[in-house]
Amino acid sequence: MARESGPASKGDAEPVTTRPPHSIATYRKDFGLLPDVPDWLNRLRAHGMERFESLGFPTTKNEDWHFTSVTPIAGRTFRPAMLSKLGVSSEGSTAGMVARADLRRFTFNQPGWHTLVFVNGEFSADLSSFAGIDKNVRVGSLAKAIQSGTGRPERHLGKIATFEDHAFTALNTAFIHDGAFIELQANAVVDQPIHLVFVSEGQGEAVAHPRNLIVAAQNSRASIIESYVCVRDNTYFTNSVTEISLGEGAHLDHYKIQRESEQSFHVGTLQATQARASQLHSFSFAVGGALARTNIYTSLAGDGATCTLNGLYLTDGAQHIDNQTRIEHIAPNCPSHEVYKGILDGRSHGVFNGKVYVHPEAQKTDGKQSNNNLLLSPHARIDTKPELEIFADDVKCTHGATVGRLDELAMFYLNSRGIGPESARMLLTYAFAADVLETIELEALKTALEGMVLSRFADSGAVTRPRR
Amino acid sequence: MLEINDLHAGIGEREILKGITLQVNAGEVHAVMGPNGSGKSTLAQVLAGNPSYTVTRGTVQYSGQNLLEMDPEVRAQNGIFLAFQYPVEIPGVSNAYFLRSAYNEIRKANGMEEVDPLEFLDMVEEKLKLVDMDKAMLSRSVNQGFSGGEKKRNEIFQMAVLAPRLAILDETDSGLDIDALRIVAEGVNKLRSPENATIVVTHYQRLLNYIVPDFVHVLANGRIVKSGGKELALELEEKGYDWVQNVSDVEAAV
Repeated sequence: MARESGPASKGDAEPVTTRPPHSIATYRKDFGLLPDVPDWLNRLRAHGMERFESLGFPTTKNEDWHFTSVTPIAGRTFRPAMLSKLGVSSEGSTAGMVARADLRRFTFNQPGWHTLVFVNGEFSADLSSFAGIDKNVRVGSLAKAIQSGTGRPERHLGKIATFEDHAFTALNTAFIHDGAFIELQANAVVDQPIHLVFVSEGQGEAVAHPRNLIVAAQNSRASIIESYVCVRDNTYFTNSVTEISLGEGAHLDHYKIQRESEQSFHVGTLQATQARASQLHSFSFAVGGALARTNIYTSLAGDGATCTLNGLYLTDGAQHIDNQTRIEHIAPNCPSHEVYKGILDGRSHGVFNGKVYVHPEAQKTDGKQSNNNLLLSPHARIDTKPELEIFADDVKCTHGATVGRLDELAMFYLNSRGIGPESARMLLTYAFAADVLETIELEALKTALEGMVLSRFADSGAVTRPRR
Repeated sequence: MLEINDLHAGIGEREILKGITLQVNAGEVHAVMGPNGSGKSTLAQVLAGNPSYTVTRGTVQYSGQNLLEMDPEVRAQNGIFLAFQYPVEIPGVSNAYFLRSAYNEIRKANGMEEVDPLEFLDMVEEKLKLVDMDKAMLSRSVNQGFSGGEKKRNEIFQMAVLAPRLAILDETDSGLDIDALRIVAEGVNKLRSPENATIVVTHYQRLLNYIVPDFVHVLANGRIVKSGGKELALELEEKGYDWVQNVSDVEAAV
């Protein structure tokens, strides 16, 4: 066994305080108010609640949360938005609060995409449009599928996203209610991307626990985007879980676009299991949240399965954005490639933790992982920790992390060509992110994210230069 | 056009230029020669406004304005161009985007309308021929993966596009084979005009066979120790830099 791990950090360490989380009792109480569901789900929820209570919120003593204190989440009592209107209204009523026009800026100007909108975690038929979707693809609300039994979500739900040791996934499991349920039949190819838009209204300290299930049978193919957005800047909490099962030869391009309110809290887990020769291409873009954590986990369980996990995080102000990835190489002959880049400004704090486990049977594994960070401010901080654990002997694995600042010489080079400091800084920052954005296959999405990167750094005005 | 008077400059505490006085008029080509460490490149960098260097004394007037007060981009917008000795690589930014940004920033600063990508491309193709470069380079990242010769040609190409009034070539000949040297020199010569001036900073006389200067200045230890016509370069080539070094020692002793 070879164990290698390279923690690297820059910036000032902050003292970590942990308060006893009194909010757990509230979660227990609200759990008791959940409406009844089929037995199998009642049991699954109860299991989730039991695990959450016994684990409690993670502390910084937990290796997976070493650089991220969840005290701001644990110390607040977020209430499920769905409970406040239980018995008062029926399905679809949430749509009244969010208008179609509010969503236009989040849908990348792509009317052709199949769009499912969830308001505070609940499916909104009024705001969604996916009528023309292929017949061999089933798309819709998980709550509805649970109610009707269509597609039998119980075959997969709670069986991919492990929650024995993951408190937030356990909490989400306790509150499973709604989300997207997407089933691709064998050989189904979805012509247009499926866009799942999770909107928080941002009223009161509400929590939503969206639960998504994506089951792709053999040789099916789709692009799925999950957007997390808000219509009002406010304090709320999103705790999402997406479970993905990829059959033999299935191919999924998955994009997560996290654009939550900068006063909000976000914990999102994507967990996939991949059969032989399947492909998962994940791109995670994180720009929002006061405290945001994204977990992308995949198991390469079948011979020759492939994954690429790429990501870009942009942090500013006092934001804290944490990205964790875990790739389990279980079967032999699996390539996994990972590139995460971070651009950190202000007093923000970024965390990257990428784990690659190569199991004893996973011979001929080809793993490449890198994490590169650009610090735009002297007060920004990044903790990066790529980890490799290898139990097989015939593997090729590399990993590395870098932390740097804008190159002064490159700045001067641009200035000397007539390009002012604002534009030069924008250009160099954009250039840093360009290659990872380039891996996005969806042209419209790539262009939109490039635009967001450019505009984000266009007016930050923090350029300093020694005066003569 | 350019009047340098008693210029002292350096990095941190270290003084490199120790009183440079030099006048450059429109239409002239000046060669600045000197041994390694004499301050040639520092002079070029200071004129372009590299913030790593501090000016401690003296003045520089450019077209009647105080050059030292101007930020580097303002100097460029006013027609100053430095061809870098070591052109910088910028991964992720294409040459086309970079150069069009520069071109438009300069136009904007001079009250002219920006050009769109297509117009720009038309204009640029002509200039590429000047330095014998392929159009494909426009879509490559700035200087990334370029050979030494390609980087130098790219500098001259940029100069051709940006059409400066005062061009400063910093060791543009270093690392070039004779063919590349000829291409670069021809590019520079085609851009010579009665309105423009050029300062050629070089260690070797070789480049001056192709870019014939009106004046030659020899720098040693941060000062101009000798000035003359183009024949001075040949004399230097023959006698070596020790000759001027000795001259300056004698002058210093007097």
